[in-house]
Amino acid sequence: MNKGHEYGDVKIPIGPQHPALKEPESFLITLRGEKITSISIKIGYNHRGIEKACEERSYIQDMYLVERVCGICSHAHSTCFAQAVEEIAGLSVPRRALYIRTLVGELERIHSHLLWLGVAGHEVGFDTLLMYTWRDREVVMDILAKLTGNRVNYGLNTIGGVRRDINAGQVKEVLKAVDILEERTKYYIQVAQEEKTLITRLSGVGVLSHEDAVRLGTVGPTARASGVDRDVRKYDPYAAYGEIPVQTFTNTRNDVYGRTLVRVLELLESCRIIRLVLKNLPEGPVLVKAPRKIPAGEAVSRYEAPRGEDLHYVRANGTEKPERVKFRAPTLANLQSVSKMLEDRYLADLPIVIAAIDPCFSCTDRMIGLKDDRRKKKLITWEELRLSGIAWYKKQGIDFKGLNKKFASLLS
Amino acid sequence: MANEEKIKQGLEGHFSDLKDAVIVKRERRLFLDVPLEKFNKVFDYLVRTEGFSRLPAITGLDETATFGVIYHLAKEDGTMLSLRTHLDHSNPVIKTVTSYFPAAEIYERELVDLLGIQVDGLAPGHHYPLPDNWPPDGGHPLRKDWKGTGESSNKGGDSHE
Repeated sequence: MNKGHEYGDVKIPIGPQHPALKEPESFLITLRGEKITSISIKIGYNHRGIEKACEERSYIQDMYLVERVCGICSHAHSTCFAQAVEEIAGLSVPRRALYIRTLVGELERIHSHLLWLGVAGHEVGFDTLLMYTWRDREVVMDILAKLTGNRVNYGLNTIGGVRRDINAGQVKEVLKAVDILEERTKYYIQVAQEEKTLITRLSGVGVLSHEDAVRLGTVGPTARASGVDRDVRKYDPYAAYGEIPVQTFTNTRNDVYGRTLVRVLELLESCRIIRLVLKNLPEGPVLVKAPRKIPAGEAVSRYEAPRGEDLHYVRANGTEKPERVKFRAPTLANLQSVSKMLEDRYLADLPIVIAAIDPCFSCTDRMIGLKDDRRKKKLITWEELRLSGIAWYKKQGIDFKGLNKKFASLLS
Repeated sequence: MANEEKIKQGLEGHFSDLKDAVIVKRERRLFLDVPLEKFNKVFDYLVRTEGFSRLPAITGLDETATFGVIYHLAKEDGTMLSLRTHLDHSNPVIKTVTSYFPAAEIYERELVDLLGIQVDGLAPGHHYPLPDNWPPDGGHPLRKDWKGTGESSNKGGDSHE
């Protein structure tokens, strides 16, 4: 079977329908043996034209649109956008509103990190972890629903503050839920620190050196696990973070295991922040009236989303609609880091390495359904679909023709 | 705002014609407009001398008569300087900054796809964020005169046919 020859390069398309993630993105991998020699990433499948759509809608309508940039860190995007608009309009948002934003932001981080922990467990065949974390995640989802009315896309933020206040009863419920979450988090920390199969599977996988993380502008837990202490809550505080200091966790493991440790410790920190927020919750209104027309100006706003730094740029022209809205979600900032992590690594590590930056391509692509006269109401048959698929792959440099024969000749 | 003033003074000391051009909007936020011929020098100074070690984003703007390109430079301490330059609307060309920030590649592809700005020195690659089969006459969506490629371009929900 093995004729002792050198391995040739093999190209494998992974995606756009991806085995590891529930979102479309495409990786064209070149393999030599089991090792990846090069990787080409194609994203943009989720491009929905949100930036353009924002220019055609009022600021209030945009609040709801921006929230739908991402279904997981929706509060991150809406807060980031509101902050930019509030800065341009010169609004002084009531402290109580800032605290409530912080509270929901940290609850969102817990739900996002628990979701990630489950996905990571699943990618390495540790499905018990998936079942456990996703069960516990329901606790925080229920709390979010009780506070805001929704499990995701909370609709809490508005320009000038928040749309819902919280009462003493809700505070009690949140505290009770945080107790449960903290206890479970301690268990996950123990699992992460002691479970041998998990440690072995994740150590040395998806290595991103400190130098590369700095050079490539890596953000979020991915950067922090390469020893880069970057956290917007610390270096560019917003909402209540100026008054509530945040502890960040870094390590120098540079691998997927390091990223896991950073996230489980951040779960605990979020519980601590939530308690502090509720303890120091100021009295007063939760909203100031915002003008419909925002005076001309511009602002850059940043927010530490669960995946890292989120950046919004807003330019106002004195009308009810913004002149330009720009989003840069954390996954876009981390893409080049993923290529670096996969270079010269094993194919089998690919799903967990990609999952370990906790990618969100929906966020990243944010922005067009292409619908023109040429494509109007076209139905295609299965056979046409199959042929167009083959043609598509051919264009990527992959020819299935005669592949079976090639395999047969290799095995003979 | 001593920190911000120091950056402003540094810039003014280094480039005499940038007097009053640097705007300190608030703590940690500076804005600066420079003409295109000055852009490379100012960018180089900010990155290599002033210590703006990150480029978290690039924003392209259609200003009707010109195109604006904003480089949102950042320091590790949270200070951000948005360096803006303007390009000719009929022939918008700018040099790549990927030699400073390799991760800027994807941000520059957005300028190419969404605004039709030519980025000199950008390595060939996929479209981003538009699809690879975007029609050559499909235009650039973030240009103000772009009204869609056909019917109902911003109504969405076209995938169930």
